[in-house]
Amino acid sequence: MKTVDARGLSCPEPVIMTKKALSSKDSRYEILVDNVTARENVTRFASHQGYQVAVTEQGDDYLLTLTK
Amino acid sequence: METDVKLTKLAQCAGCGAKVGAGTLAKLLSDFPTRFDERLIVGFDKSDDASVYVITEDTALVQTIDFFPPIVDDPFMFGQIAATNALSDVYAMGGQPRLALNVMCVTADMDKAATQEILRGGYEKAYEADTIITGGHTIENTQPLYGLAVSGFVHPKKVLTNSGAHPGDILILTKPLGVGILTTAAKAEMLDDPALMNRIYAQMATLNKTARDLMIRYEVHSCTDVTGFGLMGHSYEMAQGSNATIHYNVSDIPYHKEAFEMAEMGLIPAGAYRNRHYAEAGVTADPSIPLAMQDILYDPQTSGGLLIAVKEEDGQKLIRELKDSIPCAEIIGYVTEKQDNSILLHP
Repeated sequence: MKTVDARGLSCPEPVIMTKKALSSKDSRYEILVDNVTARENVTRFASHQGYQVAVTEQGDDYLLTLTK
Repeated sequence: METDVKLTKLAQCAGCGAKVGAGTLAKLLSDFPTRFDERLIVGFDKSDDASVYVITEDTALVQTIDFFPPIVDDPFMFGQIAATNALSDVYAMGGQPRLALNVMCVTADMDKAATQEILRGGYEKAYEADTIITGGHTIENTQPLYGLAVSGFVHPKKVLTNSGAHPGDILILTKPLGVGILTTAAKAEMLDDPALMNRIYAQMATLNKTARDLMIRYEVHSCTDVTGFGLMGHSYEMAQGSNATIHYNVSDIPYHKEAFEMAEMGLIPAGAYRNRHYAEAGVTADPSIPLAMQDILYDPQTSGGLLIAVKEEDGQKLIRELKDSIPCAEIIGYVTEKQDNSILLHP
């Protein structure tokens, strides 16, 4: 499983990082973000790529688990 | 012209997406005392496009300011867009801009040619708007900024606020939505379509002058320009201010098709989420409206079009006239008495 730490980054960098990571075509990824924009944008992007997205709040951060 | 340093790389936010949320501002200002002046006919509640101050029986002063960081690398185009956006607030009040001052920040490493090109873009648009730039103020900053403080005039009885919509009015929008999403996608280098982006930049650099000049000949009750708060944010202000409900037929709303795909890809500016947070409680959307379309409705627009609430019979004539010079203008909805919610989105 691959993990992407996109904390501290604003739109659109977390989506760009996620897109790069997804090129390895794994079935599961974890993306860590720390703002609503990144959470929503990465969720939209991953859903569009056919992944299920589960969001867990971790303090001030959001952990997005992408599965296919 | 393109310069060595990419202007948009120096910008921390894109265009009107850099605008602070409407709710945030209202909260900050809520406790301040305001001095009453009966000549100030727009500006007390701090939520319209510009302030309007009556000078004589047939003349009122319209004042506004707008500036933002670069949304395009070409400095001349950036200057044009920023000036067009600033002048638009006067047009949205039904006014004619006359005088303007440059508001500018430059970075220490920006070359003089780029600075001059930004200003040249501003002067060109001011000239086109019959407006004279009489000076301004420029300081060094960590990111470039440009815009104008604009003064114009309007007849005090013909002021178009964002809170005068009547039940029975129809609503016209004069520029397609989606420019916030598309500029975000371009900045992310996820959209490689220079022809499309050139159309978007040209759209943002198109003055709302023609739309204003045509609309003031009809019975228009309310007008605002659709900018940083997106169509939903500005409509929410219009519906609340007018104590009415705004209905949109979403399939009639003009937007750039490519923005839909980019929204699905998650290339949505932070401002769109701020706008959603601000207005969403006032919006009831038919469940068949896709999320990406809703994102477009909340998308912050830089130098967007006019949203015009006009008496129905007049609106049919106005749209025919508008179409001759602004083919993308559309009737997108209508106004009713206040219903369950401020904005109802029909498929």
